[in-house]
Amino acid sequence: MNPERREFLLSTGKLLVLSATASMAWEAMVAGQPETAPNYTMTDHWWGMVVDIEACIGCGNCVRACKEENDVPRLPQYFRTWVERYRVKPDDLEHPVVDSPNGGYDGFPAQEKVDPDAKHYFVPKLCNHCAHSPCVQVCPVGATFESPDGVVLVDQSYCLGCRYCVQACPYGTRFIDPRTETVDKCTLCYHRITKGLTTACCETCPTGARQLGDLKDKKDPIHQFLREHHVLVLKPQMATGSKVYYNGMDGSVR
Amino acid sequence: MESVLPAVQGFMYPNEMELQWSVLIVLYPFVTGLVAGAFILASLERVFNVDAVKPTYRLALLTALAFLLVAPLPLQLHLGHPERSLEMYLTPHTESAMAMFGFVYLWYLMVVLVLEIWLDYRKEIVHTWRESSGPKRWLYGAMALWSDNIGPEALALDDRIGRTLTVIGIPSAFLLHGYVGFIFGSVKANPWWSTPLMPIVFLFSAIVSGIAAVMLVYMVTAWWRQRRIDMECLDTVGRYLFYAFVIDFSLEMLDLIHRIYEADESFRALDFMVRTQLYTSQIVVQIILGTLVPLGMLASVQLFRLSAQARRWVYGTAGTLTLIGIFAMRWNVVIGGQLFSKSFLGYTTYKMEWATREGALPAVLLLILPLVILAALIRLLPPWEAQQRGEGASM
Repeated sequence: MNPERREFLLSTGKLLVLSATASMAWEAMVAGQPETAPNYTMTDHWWGMVVDIEACIGCGNCVRACKEENDVPRLPQYFRTWVERYRVKPDDLEHPVVDSPNGGYDGFPAQEKVDPDAKHYFVPKLCNHCAHSPCVQVCPVGATFESPDGVVLVDQSYCLGCRYCVQACPYGTRFIDPRTETVDKCTLCYHRITKGLTTACCETCPTGARQLGDLKDKKDPIHQFLREHHVLVLKPQMATGSKVYYNGMDGSVR
Repeated sequence: MESVLPAVQGFMYPNEMELQWSVLIVLYPFVTGLVAGAFILASLERVFNVDAVKPTYRLALLTALAFLLVAPLPLQLHLGHPERSLEMYLTPHTESAMAMFGFVYLWYLMVVLVLEIWLDYRKEIVHTWRESSGPKRWLYGAMALWSDNIGPEALALDDRIGRTLTVIGIPSAFLLHGYVGFIFGSVKANPWWSTPLMPIVFLFSAIVSGIAAVMLVYMVTAWWRQRRIDMECLDTVGRYLFYAFVIDFSLEMLDLIHRIYEADESFRALDFMVRTQLYTSQIVVQIILGTLVPLGMLASVQLFRLSAQARRWVYGTAGTLTLIGIFAMRWNVVIGGQLFSKSFLGYTTYKMEWATREGALPAVLLLILPLVILAALIRLLPPWEAQQRGEGASM
């Protein structure tokens, strides 16, 4: 082989190996990073949500708005947020009757049997953006992560589609998007909240039953709400550090 | 997009209706269990010098290797993005139990199993290399890594390293399968899975299935080669199977009794599931056909004086039922754990597909594949010639 050619092949080879290594390292570094937005500093915020069960009328606006805003498959087994209807005998909290036809997307049909002795209410559900997320813990490649502003996000370009996180979520908030074969879930409308907007579900709620809150912002009304109401999180025994606070919830909700 | 919703009873969170882990994920613990169990049987001979099971020693190692090579395939097939699976090695998330699979697997495959088999066979590999010609010579030369030193000192060193490897291998086998149990046992969201007993139950059921598999492979290969079955060997293996099975069954019953007695918030939902959807696979197949019947058969060998012919029948039938029972156990863990809602208010169904990526056909093929690999391995590294020449496997 002539020396020049040999030199060329050698340096090209080195360049290839080095750039491949560098790109892999870069990929590893940027994986698990939320998208950035101008004038938004992640560490200044810590997002959560208040859901006021007493105010929810089960109209399904939030479900429709969420599917529209976030291009969620319009099928009855894929939801970033959904609404459940509870019917509970006051003396039998352990056995509520629950339904959620099409996740509440079409609202709720009138109940066939109205039990005058029972309590009836709606419970909107979404990702609880846990501070100690079981889903984040189990992801084998770190494709799902907690952002510094307290939002649990997924890097779809990194997700293997192993579904371990779906199993690990106690609240059933994750699903596999059949179009991408990767996991999907509520992002708390991250593309909106980083631009100073609220989430699509909060935006469209006619009764203000859902309120996005910045727990790091002292002036945010969420602090007053949490101070003045008896709120609960879902499945507190799971110790997930859930940041979706429910007002007016009783022990029958799961 | 087409919407085919599974039949749902009661209330499920909407995203829960579809099952996430299919029959392929049932295969994963089943296959790795066979690996760990087969290896532990082999280790008995080597570490504890149980001469009676010597005829199964190499066969057990090759069986373990054949199944280990197949173990990652169902996982790979199941992934939404199999092309990204290498990320588990390159950028593992160290808190994730699943991320460790690649490393536990590689450790077990390369450091324990392949090395131990290589050291054990090195002498024969070198002999075949010297005696053959053409591509075969090249192949065995490569397998010997072109090192033909089989002097007494070298072989003694091989044996020493091999013994050390087996000693490391036993905890590794425990790690491999205990770890698989941990993947399920550590999911706190799922009460059907979440128990610290899970890794231990998985481990003992792995030992049971591995011993049963090697026992059957030994019987089938002996029949195929028209050789007499060494009844002392078979009786010993059968006895180990019985002991391991008693421990495994006790652990599973402990888990069951504990659940029934504690009757926590999930109990009603799980109890209902076991009485309805899981009745056939759990009560009938796993507990009665796959555990009580083979246990009774194996106990009868210990209690009564049966003829060799009768004992062979007992071992063959009990071994087969055991494998079916352990497969049912994996099924009940993996599929059963997804049939009920985490709200404990409803149930979904699992309908196995046929010739799709995660259907029954690939599952059957993945169960046949290790047997094909085992046949090839047996051709490549005959496990019995050494014994015929009167040279013990462990030398």
